Amino acid sequence: MAEMDDLYQEVILDHNRQPRNFGPLGDANRSAEGHNPLCGDTIVLYLRVEDDVVTDVSFEGGGCAIATASASLMTEVLRGKSVAQARALFEGMMDMLTGDPTHAAEVAEDLGKLAVFSGVREYPMRVKCATLVWHTLQAALEDLRQPVSTEQQG
Amino acid sequence: MTAHPAGTAPAPVRVEPPLDGLALRADFPIFERTMAGRPLVYLDSAATSQKPAAVIRAVEAFYRTTNANVHRGVYALSAEATDLYESARTVVARFIGARDRREVVFTRGTTEAVNLVAQAWGGANVGRGDAVLTTELEHHSNLVPWQLLAERTGAEVRYLRITDDGRLDLSELDRLLDRRVKLLAFGHVSNALGTVNPVRQLVEAARAVGARVLLDGAQGVPHLPVDVTAMDIDFLAFSGHKMCGPTGIGALWARRELLEAMPPYQGGGEMIRTVSLAGSTWAEPPARFEAGTPNIAGAVGLGEAARYLSGLGMERVAAHGAVLVAYALERLDGVPGVRVLGPRPDRSGAVTFTMDGVHPHDLASILDRRGVAIRAGHHCAMPVHARLGLTATARASFYVYNAPWDVDALVEGLEAARGVFRRD
Repeated sequence: MAEMDDLYQEVILDHNRQPRNFGPLGDANRSAEGHNPLCGDTIVLYLRVEDDVVTDVSFEGGGCAIATASASLMTEVLRGKSVAQARALFEGMMDMLTGDPTHAAEVAEDLGKLAVFSGVREYPMRVKCATLVWHTLQAALEDLRQPVSTEQQG
Repeated sequence: MTAHPAGTAPAPVRVEPPLDGLALRADFPIFERTMAGRPLVYLDSAATSQKPAAVIRAVEAFYRTTNANVHRGVYALSAEATDLYESARTVVARFIGARDRREVVFTRGTTEAVNLVAQAWGGANVGRGDAVLTTELEHHSNLVPWQLLAERTGAEVRYLRITDDGRLDLSELDRLLDRRVKLLAFGHVSNALGTVNPVRQLVEAARAVGARVLLDGAQGVPHLPVDVTAMDIDFLAFSGHKMCGPTGIGALWARRELLEAMPPYQGGGEMIRTVSLAGSTWAEPPARFEAGTPNIAGAVGLGEAARYLSGLGMERVAAHGAVLVAYALERLDGVPGVRVLGPRPDRSGAVTFTMDGVHPHDLASILDRRGVAIRAGHHCAMPVHARLGLTATARASFYVYNAPWDVDALVEGLEAARGVFRRD
């Protein structure tokens, strides 16, 4: 496993092999679709939000190991979080992956198990794979009807 | 055989490639650099080729010694620049077997050349009740311009579908190609699968119903001998940057009588004969279709690229690609989980594949860390991928500076990827 274990950490490989919370969510009251037009990958995210709390979450679709594992881990972390906490996690992920490198380690510490994606920032072409599901989450929280695209996020 | 860049011996090859790809690396300065501490294994020439020093020098020399605008100045420097620009046109015309150098219009590339035909020729010749026949195998640049034309004019776009192994399904040709079809537009070589299409058969079928033929030569002109006269086509679109030339320059070749009858594509300087406030008249082709100051240095570079390839010999370039593709197919067949897409014979320049349990993006990232550059994605051919039930594939494409050694490096990288993603 000497091959790129900074990017393909065991946790990521595991979530890629066996994505958690995969499939449609019967009682979802929010959903959104995310596209990465560069590779054709699509993720559909389902949320059940009650009293400003994400009580249930699942996803369908996916793509590369980074995109799939990112979605899978996000669904694990998100359940039980308030909408404000979910938005804070989004900000944290963006900060860790694209923000000021001097405090990236600090940010990663606050993100718990999502910190396994900290290595992705060393692969600029792959950052969008990790952030696709998070942009999709933002869209679901806003209840946007338009699919989001990695190419609109800049 | 030239010494291996990584110092080890290449794997035995059944058929020795006609060009010494490892020796030709010396013509291309980019191979002086390393990637991730290893020699660069460049397997994305279908996206863009690398540039030989001769082309880089020609572009630089133009700016250093001859730069002036063309067709304007009465001074000697402008005349020299015009000579260089126009002699590049002559070289390019000869390279594709054109009878008349004035049939070559410089464009930004294949995309602009196809759009030029769709706008200027299509606008005047394809109307409601007419049809353009293209194929499911096309790059988006030979699909979208026809869809836009159809939206503007009410014409119909028809599509020749593909078989499971990525060839055009010619059994549908007779049904789709009737007298309403004014243009048959297809690619010589598929960028997504490497399929080489049967040009002669398609041209004959189009002629039988009086349809014009546009050949998208983006992947054909760099890799195969192309002779527009022998092929008996009407339009050829191609790009310089895939054939050792600079980016931002390409050409449209079209029969002289068609160009003469076509209205302008863009308005501006260079393309006019007279301009008054009451109206304007147009210059003769090719100037009519080259509005504004052209990419002079790019054209000079493209001419040099055509000279470089002619020096190698296009027959040998084609044979070299065929040997590398055959070797790649043989090696890829030996990697567990790898599935090669597209036809076995009748393919040129590229090998497209998937690996079970490993997304093409992950493959490309792992290969990248070993200095191996491949393309991952839909290669601007989403309909092909939809037809094959895939969103993304991996593509390794070859050119004159590739050798069996590059294929060996690819296969080693794929084995490594398999190691990372092995299911325990």
